[in-house]
Amino acid sequence: MNDLLNQIRLVGDWLTSSQQWRGDDGIPHRLTEHLTYSGVSLLFATLIGLTFGLLVGHTGRGAFAVASVANLARAIPTFGLVVLVVTLAGLSTTPVLVALVALAVPPILINTFEGVRGVDPDARDAAKGMGMTGWEVLLKVEVPMALPLILLGLRVAAIQVVATATVAAYPGLGGLGRFIVDGLARNDYELVIGGSTVVVALALVVQALFTALRHVVVSPGLRPSVRRS
Amino acid sequence: MRDGEPLVRWVWIGDHLGELAHYTGVHLRLGLLPVLFGLIISIPLGILCHRWRWVYPPTLTAANVLYSIPSLALFMIFVRYTGLTERTVMIPLTLYTLSVLIPNVVDGLASVPDPVRQAATAMGFSTVRRVVQVELPIAVPVVVAGVRVAAVSSISLVAVGQLIGQGGLGYYITRGLQLDFPTPIITATVLIMLLALVTDALLVLAQRLLTPWARGKGAKA
Repeated sequence: MNDLLNQIRLVGDWLTSSQQWRGDDGIPHRLTEHLTYSGVSLLFATLIGLTFGLLVGHTGRGAFAVASVANLARAIPTFGLVVLVVTLAGLSTTPVLVALVALAVPPILINTFEGVRGVDPDARDAAKGMGMTGWEVLLKVEVPMALPLILLGLRVAAIQVVATATVAAYPGLGGLGRFIVDGLARNDYELVIGGSTVVVALALVVQALFTALRHVVVSPGLRPSVRRS
Repeated sequence: MRDGEPLVRWVWIGDHLGELAHYTGVHLRLGLLPVLFGLIISIPLGILCHRWRWVYPPTLTAANVLYSIPSLALFMIFVRYTGLTERTVMIPLTLYTLSVLIPNVVDGLASVPDPVRQAATAMGFSTVRRVVQVELPIAVPVVVAGVRVAAVSSISLVAVGQLIGQGGLGYYITRGLQLDFPTPIITATVLIMLLALVTDALLVLAQRLLTPWARGKGAKA
């Protein structure tokens, strides 16, 4: 118990010391780096995942390919992939971003696909019967009804990217993982646990943002069906 | 990478076969034991959540919050209490499995048709006997679907544990980076993927053998 209190005090001291809040090694700079990597890769992954997910879900073609990609992608060790990319392509932001995008696409793709495919066929028929074109059916019926699953995919992808961007510090990239990796290398526990706290806080903020987003954009009639992760 | 270096040096793999087998074993243990522990925790918790529905939302939220914490950060928080040991890797991985396993146990139990439940009661089964002998076996396909997801992600996350020196095949990933030598990294990454895929395939097989009556339904990963 005492140890826990000490640890909290240690983190508090680290977080409040003014040294942490300025310069290239400061929390704001590292946080900005982390958010930039995560944000950019998530943006590209969303573009790719949503496009193909909607396409395959709407047309029903290529479902087998999507399922295979999903299975394979889940098995890729993120740590290995990031380090491999850096070793092969050298250390720069672009290859690491590519690795992060590759990790984030599958959950978005699968969930979009499953969401669109899972739309009640009666609703789809009704929309067609009302004279909607294929695009209108997709945008006005299928996407809103698939939204809970699509958002879930985005959330899983966002959390994975935020987590993996931490690991990307190991081969020498910036971001919040730097605190942990540097702290381990220097045997500076205060740095390690302080950095971990910031990462945990960020992960929880991401989780909360997606929960809030779901409340705002999902039609109330669809809410009870959303409870699985 | 140095110039002129081949992508994969097969001789290196040949020279390290014994060592690779050893680390593969460690990796499997570190990846699969947490799933086993996760099941031991999730099955009673899932039964509890199924029986008293109000327990379910807070439990699931807690498990999801734990899941959203990056593995590296969670390892670091546990280092303080368990040191640089295998436990430091296995405890966070066990916690991660909960967010997949608990909902699947609950959904599995919920998939039991009410008439079956009533029939068991009418035959004089006690509640405990009904849960153990009727509801749990029917829930197996859904639970195994959760186990598949948990096992695959657990196996690929073990490598991150290498940052505290306990990563199984992750050893070759850090080693390759230090030596600027891609062969070990590629070998380890491919081996980890293979382990995950083979485990997944074996679990599908196990599910088919365990529950021949449920073939073709239930098992959605």
